[in-house]
Amino acid sequence: MNILYFLIGCSVVLALGFLGAFFWAQGNGQNDDLFTPSMRMLIEDDEETPDETPPSI
Amino acid sequence: MIKSPVLEKTACYHCGDDCTTTEYIVAGKHFCCHGCKSVYEVLSTDNLCNYYSYNEHPGITRKQTDKRFDYLSDETIASDLIDYRDKHITIVTFYIPQIHCSSCLWLLEKLNKINPAVHNCRVDFLKKQLNIHYDHEKLNLQQLVELLDNIGYEPLISLQDVIKKQNTADKDNLVSKIAVAGFCFGNVMLLSFPEYFGLSSFEQTFKHFFGWINILFSLPIVLYSGTGYFVSAWQNLKNRVLNIDFPLALGIAVLFGRTVLEIFTHTGAGFADTLCGLVFFLLVGKFVQKKTYHHISFERDYRSFFPVAVHIIENGIEKPVPLGKLGIGNRMVIRNNEIIPADAILLKGEALVDFSFVTGEAIPVSKTLGEIIYAGGRQTGEAIELEVVKTVSQSYLTQLWNNEAFTRKQDKRMQTFNEKMSKYFTIVLLSIAFATLIFWLPTDVRRGFAAFTAILIVACPCALALSTPFTMSAALSTFDRNRFYLKNVAVVEQLAAIDSIVMDKTGTITTGTVKNIKLEAVLTDEQKQLVYSLCSNSSHPLSRIICLYLGNMDQLAVNGYNEIAGKGIQAHINGHFVMAGSADFILECSDHSPVHTMVHIAIDDKYMGYVAFSLSYRDGMKNIAALSASYDEYLLSGDQDHEREDLQEFFPKANSMYFNQSPQSKLDFVQSLQKNGSKVMMIGDGLNDSGALKQSDLGIAVTDNVNNFSPGSDAILDGKSFDKLPVFLRFAKDTIAIIHFSFFISLTYNLVGLSYAVTGNLSPLTAAILMPLSTVTIISFTSLATHFAAKKRQLI
Repeated sequence: MNILYFLIGCSVVLALGFLGAFFWAQGNGQNDDLFTPSMRMLIEDDEETPDETPPSI
Repeated sequence: MIKSPVLEKTACYHCGDDCTTTEYIVAGKHFCCHGCKSVYEVLSTDNLCNYYSYNEHPGITRKQTDKRFDYLSDETIASDLIDYRDKHITIVTFYIPQIHCSSCLWLLEKLNKINPAVHNCRVDFLKKQLNIHYDHEKLNLQQLVELLDNIGYEPLISLQDVIKKQNTADKDNLVSKIAVAGFCFGNVMLLSFPEYFGLSSFEQTFKHFFGWINILFSLPIVLYSGTGYFVSAWQNLKNRVLNIDFPLALGIAVLFGRTVLEIFTHTGAGFADTLCGLVFFLLVGKFVQKKTYHHISFERDYRSFFPVAVHIIENGIEKPVPLGKLGIGNRMVIRNNEIIPADAILLKGEALVDFSFVTGEAIPVSKTLGEIIYAGGRQTGEAIELEVVKTVSQSYLTQLWNNEAFTRKQDKRMQTFNEKMSKYFTIVLLSIAFATLIFWLPTDVRRGFAAFTAILIVACPCALALSTPFTMSAALSTFDRNRFYLKNVAVVEQLAAIDSIVMDKTGTITTGTVKNIKLEAVLTDEQKQLVYSLCSNSSHPLSRIICLYLGNMDQLAVNGYNEIAGKGIQAHINGHFVMAGSADFILECSDHSPVHTMVHIAIDDKYMGYVAFSLSYRDGMKNIAALSASYDEYLLSGDQDHEREDLQEFFPKANSMYFNQSPQSKLDFVQSLQKNGSKVMMIGDGLNDSGALKQSDLGIAVTDNVNNFSPGSDAILDGKSFDKLPVFLRFAKDTIAIIHFSFFISLTYNLVGLSYAVTGNLSPLTAAILMPLSTVTIISFTSLATHFAAKKRQLI
């Protein structure tokens, strides 16, 4: 059963890794704006030739 | 009769407004004005016409095309606005109120297609902010702002931006605290499970190992996540206040102390799981309470309304100066739609000033040469020149805002239910704990202390602390959905407690837009069409209103159109000479009708009559009047009392209407009501109400455009939801009832826990089950009950 010491150590290190990742994301500003990306993903990427012929001016 | 040429009605391709002229057609697409057309041209040259494919008419009308961003070329002004600058890159963030749909997002993030000097753009949709990285060697700030203006997104740059940049607020690390608490809570729960299920004798070494790790995990909880409770409890004790943080801090301390003691002495497993869960749930509750809605700002004051700089004429040359440097005697130029920032004398031009920001009056006031114009008005029409007579800081508006009486800090707001209850709760809790200790001490000292600490642990008012934030935040989002924006959760409680309602008249119970139009003239349909065609050529607000009033008519071709500023308009239409305007323009005599604003009409030099404008009352005034059964209602107005009879319908009680009220007397009136023990809700709109709004127990600002400035208040109500006010009041009362009931539930849990605790036999497992169970019950009860209450009141 001594393997438990090792396993618990592993799980704590893993959990610390996730905690660190969260702190990094937070510091990086990834959670600052949680609304706009949901709109941005619905916008299609640019097509090189727009389907609408450019109007002459 | 010859059939007149009729123009077809089309919607502007850019903004969707009616096109009143065929002047602006590009590639078969109609535009209402030059501004909209030029936006389209900019976009089409850069192949950005996809803008129009995401939404129909995504643009905002852009009637104004004059350039007025010269002041941004001034380095000192520019450096106050930018966030960051190095050798190549400048980063700047603008507030752009026009951002409203996915097309806006798409276009603004494609700025570098229009100008490659822009590296990167990021929109924050809810905050309506645009963050731009650009190369300042190829593009300066002024050009950048002009670029944004050219595509129809003019940033709102105000004096407040400059102030804001100077004092950056410190960051709240609540989220980090929750993350740490969650991390420890999860791990401790995992390590506590073996203890719950029982460990056989040969596994006892693990028990100590788990215990030590649990202590290790509890350390960051107590020393980092939970510190706020200790600090707050200590500060409140120093001020001789017992608030809910005291029993919470005591609970945390006792939990930790007893856990450490039990593990050290091998007498038990400790309460690390309860401790971590408690702090985690408490912090989540705090987070929910702090959640704010970004689309409305309560931090704005008069500075957000003022420009950063103003143009002055010095030695015949026009140049921009920062507002702070504007001095007495300077000759400033104010263009269409610009704010007059300081009290000044009109020197040149036709001033037609919109004071809706200060007084709530919607119709612009015309001023004559030599007259003093107070700061805060917005010029509509041509550019005017004024001589400054008082500096910005000494002007009427700023004085009004900075008046000591108005800015006095509110320290005696209503005590919330939670604050009142937690005081008694703490006293009762401490007396039970000490009574138990004294009861056991003579017989069993060990048991006495065990029972004492167990009581403090089990009665820790976690559920009590969570009931208010969760109920209030559910209520807040319901109000929010109905366009009633509350500053914070405490406002809901104030809303339920008030018993008197004081209302301002102009702009508050009257609509900001003119609806009540009386046509005092006998016109045939053909003549109406003539008037409509004439007025549709003018951008004057009154002409616009007449057009709206006459409705959708076919427009006739207009010849020889002439607009005489401040007087009226005239043109030859279909063989008739049509005139519309003021009395001295049409009748060559001045009228002094105190009640109404009038536009007189003459066709072929024959006087036809006039159109009278008066402000109409908001929809739902009857609902509000019906409230008088349970609330005392008062009306305060800065105007003369000529509307007294109309208003009698809504305010039938004697002594409920007061006219000719100054801002100070409004404040005094609210104060006198409060002295008689009333809880006063003030509903106002303009800056002239701001003193009364602040003095009242609950100040609500009514506005027709929430992006506009509104005076400092506890809540902002969109004019469209004005009729729902009685429902809002009832819903606030429901919310309070829910909080009372959840308080009762959490007390029941505490009593169950106490019955175990007083005997000194509290097992860690009981505590670990009781605490989360009560928390979950409270959270689900409050959320569901608030939802049903909102449904009952038809708010969702």
